[in-house]
Amino acid sequence: AEVEETLKRIQAHKGVMATMVINAEGIPVRTTLDNSTTVQYAGLLHQLTVKARSTVRDLDPQNDLTFLRIRSKKHEIMIAPDKEYLLIVIQNPCE
Amino acid sequence: KRAYKPVSYVDQMAIHFSLNGNMILKDSDEGRRQSIKLNIAAGTFIIRNNSAFQVEKAPTETSAGTSEEAEIKDEESAGDTQAAGEEEVEESGSAEVIEAEEAEEPPPPRVKEQKLANQFNFIERATRTLNNPLRDKGCQSEPTPCKDFSATANQWKIYDAYMEELQRMERSKEKEKPKAQIAKKEEEKKRGRKLASLDLQSDDITKISKAAKIMERMVNQNIFDDIAQDFKYFEDASDEYRDQQGTFLPLWKFQYEKTKRLAVTAISWNPKYKDLFAVGYGSYDFMKQGQGMLLLYTMKNPSFPEYVFSSDSGIMCLDFHNDRPYLVAVGFYDGNVAIYNLKKATSQPSYKSSAKSGKHTEPVWQVKWQKDDMDNNLNFFSVSSDGRIVSWTLVKNELVHTDVIKLSAEGTTMQGPEGLQLQTLGCGTSFDFHKKIDYLFLVGTEEGKIYKCSKCYSSRFLDVFDAHHMAVDSVSWNPYHLKVFISCSSDWTVKIWDHTIKTPMFVFDLNSAVGDVAWSPYSSTVFAAVTTDGKAHVFDLSINKYEALCTQQVVAKKKNKITHIQFNPEYPVVIIGDERGHVTSLKLSPNLRKMPK
Repeated sequence: AEVEETLKRIQAHKGVMATMVINAEGIPVRTTLDNSTTVQYAGLLHQLTVKARSTVRDLDPQNDLTFLRIRSKKHEIMIAPDKEYLLIVIQNPCE
Repeated sequence: KRAYKPVSYVDQMAIHFSLNGNMILKDSDEGRRQSIKLNIAAGTFIIRNNSAFQVEKAPTETSAGTSEEAEIKDEESAGDTQAAGEEEVEESGSAEVIEAEEAEEPPPPRVKEQKLANQFNFIERATRTLNNPLRDKGCQSEPTPCKDFSATANQWKIYDAYMEELQRMERSKEKEKPKAQIAKKEEEKKRGRKLASLDLQSDDITKISKAAKIMERMVNQNIFDDIAQDFKYFEDASDEYRDQQGTFLPLWKFQYEKTKRLAVTAISWNPKYKDLFAVGYGSYDFMKQGQGMLLLYTMKNPSFPEYVFSSDSGIMCLDFHNDRPYLVAVGFYDGNVAIYNLKKATSQPSYKSSAKSGKHTEPVWQVKWQKDDMDNNLNFFSVSSDGRIVSWTLVKNELVHTDVIKLSAEGTTMQGPEGLQLQTLGCGTSFDFHKKIDYLFLVGTEEGKIYKCSKCYSSRFLDVFDAHHMAVDSVSWNPYHLKVFISCSSDWTVKIWDHTIKTPMFVFDLNSAVGDVAWSPYSSTVFAAVTTDGKAHVFDLSINKYEALCTQQVVAKKKNKITHIQFNPEYPVVIIGDERGHVTSLKLSPNLRKMPK
């Protein structure tokens, strides 16, 4: 489907290290990393997303979280939350 | 023992005899009872001492004296003398006898009184009933099934609950609508059910489409981070030193593999979404005619187009509808026109003309939307090399054409066989409608003439301008000056006209065939032109009337011509399309962006 193509394109972009799709309970549905790392990422990032969304909506209930970016020394973790799923991309922004 | 007992120490007082006793108040019940008892007991006494004692009528109540037993005896004896029984001494008078009798009578009934309990003659005797043995009996019911539930009541959870409630209420209100619409509702329900089943069947991964889109844009932003920063914030500081000259800053480059062999034939910005633009691909070469494509890009995602449409014939022109930004009108090389609806997911046009419905016989060079006609039908105009300007109206899902004007080349009527008078028609290459005066428009032709026409008159022009020596590639009204328009041509010139004056106001020679010219949306004196040698020129008439403010090589010189240029209505960005299928975006430096005072 189109979405598959989009995901493939994202994966093929320069600097993208990994892509993951996580469902609403924090269980990875699709990943390009090995299992243990994926599970670790999934658990931690899922909790973080829930907390972030809760924060945003607490401040203004009509607002909602669109995107979350964590930039660290080594790479950047980008999280796009959806109603039921969570799309996570780890990219190495070339600097 | 009849001996003297030696006492070791003698006080003042030596006690010979001591006896412990109790004291009872004589008047109290106990005291009375005791005394009566003792009297009775003493009644049997035979009192030995008779006359030695004085008979005293001392009533028992009088003295409250101590009743030491030693003294009681004395009293008893005294009292006994009173209460002498039958052994009464004869000496006592009759009064005494009476007294004795009196005294006798009360005692007997009193004997029957309750026996007094005191610590000397009271024995406690207790009994105890048998206690029944106790037995514990219990019963237990089954515990109700419990489940731990914890949640946090955040402000947004409460808000969500309210929203749901509102929606439910709205839905129930809709259901209450008059029953005449039952048939409609049933249909909707069926559709709804179908949709629901489709949702269940569809792949899980499609639900993530929105997130994937955002993510792709973000990834792109990261990759092209410096460009994005430039786009937003970079202002060329060196412009101050450049004495009115300006530069273009190259930003993103948009390309798609399937359009590598095609030339950009048309570019247009979306009126609603300022970062979305459409690019039409086709070919200007008469010999190499192939497929056409319509791509819509957004500046937020430079690596992949948002929408892709392909067509059999090359696209020559396109236009977005002003009010309905999802409708794109397209003109093809084979003379057809079509309308694409972006809201629908198909890759085919929604409406297309055909040979039957009066398509042009030559390539359509320009299409432009008009205001909806009186029946609220969409309509647009198209101009083509076959000399016809046609108005297309969308009536009941079909394109209906109306010839508006036939461009007759002046003074050329040929004599055909059998004496028919054939009129050769001029070939229109571009047109533009006046911004305010709705019926007034300009048409540029291949012969280099510009006709001023009105929608009302179909056979005659209002005016003719001998504009260029070669085909007029583009005409455009100035968005602010209502009388001024600009035209460019392959004869290397760009001319600015006042439509009331026959001769041009300004002529610019650009040393190369000019592909396209465009007015800027922010200033009435700024315009840009692109030439086939790969250069882009920006002019500002308020600053310099003879020279360009900026001339810059935008694409590689060899084998690549620039075909079109468009200003972004909001940002200081222009996009340029070239023959290789690339679209380059450039940012205008501050000198080029000066607003008129």
